[in-house]
Amino acid sequence: MTAVVSFLVAFLVWPGLLIAAPLGWLELWAMRKTLARFQGRKGPPFFQPFFDFVKLMGKRTVFPQGVDRALFVALPMVSAAAITTALVILPMPGNPAPRVPGDVVVLVFLLEVPAICEVLAGYVGRSIYGEVGAMREALMSLAYNLPFLASIIAVAEAAGSFDLVGLAARPFGLVHVAAGIAFLLALPGKLKINPFSIADAEHEIVAGGHIEYSGPLLGLFELTHALEVVVLTELFALLFVPAPSGAVAALSVWFVAGLAVLIGLTLVAAVTARARLPQAFRFYWVWGGAASLAALAAGLVA
Amino acid sequence: MTLLSRVLSIARRKSPWVCRINTGSCNGCDIEVTPLLTPRYDAEQIGVQVHGTPKHCDILVVSGTLTERSRRAVLSMWEQMPSPKAVVALGSCPASGNVFAESPLVLGTSLDTVVPVDVWVPGCPPRPQAILEGIAKAAHLLGEGATRDQLGLGPVAEAASVEAGSTGSGRLAS
Repeated sequence: MTAVVSFLVAFLVWPGLLIAAPLGWLELWAMRKTLARFQGRKGPPFFQPFFDFVKLMGKRTVFPQGVDRALFVALPMVSAAAITTALVILPMPGNPAPRVPGDVVVLVFLLEVPAICEVLAGYVGRSIYGEVGAMREALMSLAYNLPFLASIIAVAEAAGSFDLVGLAARPFGLVHVAAGIAFLLALPGKLKINPFSIADAEHEIVAGGHIEYSGPLLGLFELTHALEVVVLTELFALLFVPAPSGAVAALSVWFVAGLAVLIGLTLVAAVTARARLPQAFRFYWVWGGAASLAALAAGLVA
Repeated sequence: MTLLSRVLSIARRKSPWVCRINTGSCNGCDIEVTPLLTPRYDAEQIGVQVHGTPKHCDILVVSGTLTERSRRAVLSMWEQMPSPKAVVALGSCPASGNVFAESPLVLGTSLDTVVPVDVWVPGCPPRPQAILEGIAKAAHLLGEGATRDQLGLGPVAEAASVEAGSTGSGRLAS
């Protein structure tokens, strides 16, 4: 019973929705603001992502003709729930949820669920643009997951464990540098920002898989994206950034590191145009592949 | 509950997502819309995002004279937008047909007879500042719950508008 309660607290409060959603909005705002500053614009006000979310929650939903309503409604919910569960698994200081052995495997699966939901949403919505977006999303996940999975496997190999606590406890070494580079290469693809904003290419295929969504369901997809940013930056900090002892010190160092990573990614996004699918594939399988090999080799040596 | 509705009202005012349709414009108004996204005017400061699909949007920005085909298109876009929603009409064309009035391909009716317009932005073409102000006004109406969609008002009756359109062009002819 207590395990259920602590899982619920972790899901709803920390590191779950109540803390992670505002953190995600803060990080999204930071990305939009930096992008605007890089382009010489003023950028959005501080509460913009929050207002966007609340406004979407207060709108009606338009159902396209001939969609399977149950599936249409379920997809964004599954997507948001999966990414929140991924947050619960992360062993952040103060996480009340009990540890599960082999949680790295569960985490990797849960991080893939939003991409799968987006692909399904593209096909369920019956829009030709959504289908193109879904196809691109599915193909991109074959590209960016190579360096992403290799970086996590390399650290797991070096730590000799598939538990996140074991991975995080491993002292900083060469494998962290090599695997960290592979992880960073995968991030723009996973977060769908330039040059790999191929799956939801606005002005090109309009919006990607969630094109037919509106109102609260679209808001859930936006929330999923915000939480995805939080999970991936927290995971990066947890695995690759050595933390000082003490929960508050570790959290602040990780927060700053996560923000720095996001601003770096935004800089890359600001100076690049969108790549085509074959270019992205070549990049991830050549350079991402090289980084993966380096990370795995460093993991074996360590 | 009141707190929730107040936050929702502020959010509607602060987050106007816009989609555009050109119903037969000479492209002048559309060229004046583009600077809104540039560093000089930067509409993102008031939360504006331009989206490609009406399903994600709160405000429909219409430019150009109405034709028989674009009438159906603008109506379809309006119906695809989830409530609450607003319409901003750019320039003289949606109101009266402007210099294209009485041309054989152009409808003699105002946009108001097709969809309920909330804000008219005058000018031929209007300045970017005026367009931005029009969008901000529509966002305020959304926040106050005072758009014609939120008040349950549909498009106006056709006869009144036809009369207005014909007197307008009549004055030009004489």
